[in-house]
Amino acid sequence: MSKIKSLEDLMKIKEKAVKDLQLRDTNTRGKITVAMGTCGIAAGAKDTLKAIVDALNDFNITDISVVQSGCMGLCEVEPTVEVRLLDCEPIVYGHVTPENARRIVKLHIVENQIVSDLLVRKGEI
Amino acid sequence: MALTANTILICAGGACISSGEESVKQALEREISKYALQDVVRIVETGCMGACSLGPLMVIYPEGVFYQKLTPKAAQEIVEEHLLKGRVVEEYLYKGPTGEIVPQVAEKLPFFSRQVRIVTRNVGFIDPKNIEEYIARDGYFALAKVLREMTSEEVIEEVKKSGLRGRGGAGFPTGLKWELTRKGTSQKKFVVCNADEGDPGAFMDRSVLEGDPHTVLEAMIIAGYAIGANQGYIYVRAEYPLAIERLNTAISQAREYGFLGSNIMGTEFSFDIEIRIGAGAFVCGEETALIASIEGKRGQPRVKPPYPAERGVWDCSTLINNVETFANIPPIILKGADWFKSIGTENSPGTKVFALAGKIVNTGLVEVPMGITLKELLYEIGGGSSTGKPIKAVQTGGPSGGCIPAQYFDTPVDYDSLQKLGAIMGSGGMIVMDEDDCMVDVAKFFLEFTVDESCGKCTPCREGTRQMLRILEKITSGEGTEEDLYELKALGETIKDTALCGLGQTAPNPVLSTLEYYRDEYEMHVKEKRCPALKCKDLTRYVIDESKCVGCTACARVCPVNAISGEVRKAHVIDNEKCVRCGSCIEVCRFNAINKVSP
Repeated sequence: MSKIKSLEDLMKIKEKAVKDLQLRDTNTRGKITVAMGTCGIAAGAKDTLKAIVDALNDFNITDISVVQSGCMGLCEVEPTVEVRLLDCEPIVYGHVTPENARRIVKLHIVENQIVSDLLVRKGEI
Repeated sequence: MALTANTILICAGGACISSGEESVKQALEREISKYALQDVVRIVETGCMGACSLGPLMVIYPEGVFYQKLTPKAAQEIVEEHLLKGRVVEEYLYKGPTGEIVPQVAEKLPFFSRQVRIVTRNVGFIDPKNIEEYIARDGYFALAKVLREMTSEEVIEEVKKSGLRGRGGAGFPTGLKWELTRKGTSQKKFVVCNADEGDPGAFMDRSVLEGDPHTVLEAMIIAGYAIGANQGYIYVRAEYPLAIERLNTAISQAREYGFLGSNIMGTEFSFDIEIRIGAGAFVCGEETALIASIEGKRGQPRVKPPYPAERGVWDCSTLINNVETFANIPPIILKGADWFKSIGTENSPGTKVFALAGKIVNTGLVEVPMGITLKELLYEIGGGSSTGKPIKAVQTGGPSGGCIPAQYFDTPVDYDSLQKLGAIMGSGGMIVMDEDDCMVDVAKFFLEFTVDESCGKCTPCREGTRQMLRILEKITSGEGTEEDLYELKALGETIKDTALCGLGQTAPNPVLSTLEYYRDEYEMHVKEKRCPALKCKDLTRYVIDESKCVGCTACARVCPVNAISGEVRKAHVIDNEKCVRCGSCIEVCRFNAINKVSP
């Protein structure tokens, strides 16, 4: 670690560290849950998860958290992803390949449209 | 965004560690690696979150779910249910007095939501061993602002304007102290942080040192710049090993990042900090005794003036502030004096951290704005009495403070109104008492402490407190007279006026305040030889209710001095000559047949 010589040096460390702490912020706009049961992982949920995180980074979205969960019980449509935005009904999508994951982030998170061809369920169970 | 799904903040404050945090953390780590979650779940050990009665505890983000009273088995369940399957484990959620679970999110519990956190803003939220987490929360930005934009006069002016008063207890204006030290004539100057927190029951300084050590370092560096010092000492008691360990880590990180050492942040200013470990004498919290101890001498106070601002460590001008006072400095510099003044009351701006203890539901640490009433503090945040019996009084300020009876609970909490009631703010310990607490016994407890801790240098404190204790012992053993009460008061007032240092001058407070508000209790002890709270052993007797006793012999078997006699299936009798009032018989009796009485 080189010594901090200026305000700019300090800002750089803050920017890097602040991302870590954002995960501790409950005042987020919502969260995306990726089902990571055995079935989900076998169907490629790990790649889906990575694609979602990358897509959020690409769009510079910081107020959405990504959470993993177990199997939702919809093994035949895995990988499944649930999008839960503040004051909106939760939406579950199925067959979320990495490519579909990017579409969900672009359409649902950025443009606030439901991706109807992937829709599995709307509303609470 | 990092590929982290969950961050677990587990409280590693002293109280949680004592109640088994280490084994819970190990269980979490074991389960997490068993399910190969180590890349996506991060465990962070934080400082004290304040809700000590619920420990060991943790918060899981991003959901913010608050789990309490954990065990290794609970940790296993939570990993399997919450982390793997995303289901909240209700069994370990916080439950209200009637068993209701909502809300499950930590920030929304009344215990947390009613607090205003300035001093403890980072405690329980960041990893105290990681300087970058402190920086992420604007750490060292106040230092950067001071070094780049402000002259030392401007820094002092800002602190003066904020109205901050010393949080160690006496409430001396901090800005004025800084100015006086700056004007000191010695060539070399020192900054000292008083972390010799000795009041029984007060542990806010420890919590800050353990949970956010960098804030104290940053404030000391700023103070050094303001008064023109290049060396600082933190005087911390040896009984705080974890605080010392985390301070050492923080100091070496600060040196590595260039916040301590020469040419701080590329400027001409140099400053360094060393730790001095106290050997556990209460009197060393007094500033002149503390200075003597830093110099390697016996920790004894001396006459003031000259004050440390003039002649402190090695006869040089020295600034001494308490941990909590220092922790207020970085936010004041960053957000400005006007922001600080908008919190609290006119004469006591800002917040105060209190340690709630005794007969109250939520024991632990809380930070509240000055001016909050005792009622709000004890009932809304503290959750009220834990025994179901009404709260009788609250003792503030530890062995230097006094008791405040329930009829004054509408009093706003600040330096001046507490002083008016004969108590003091002190370091912020609050011990809650109900009708089962004997006020004479409470006064005796605190006086025993000061008698033990008196350094012996001046006669009023060394001999006077001992004589007061002797009288109290007489009263609690049923041999007190009415004259004793007058003598107690006269002695107390004399000690207050004549003792050398703060320890002696405040030592009679617990006695004088109880004598004022609970004179009737003292009189009952003296005139009727009776202890209404059934606390004083020599004034209580144990009696078996013949109509309830079935003669099961349980009490007779447990009695350590064989004071209970009687035949099987016949009512037993206690010989009060032999009885040592240990209470074991009451605990084992399943028929509530044994009562304590005071004649």
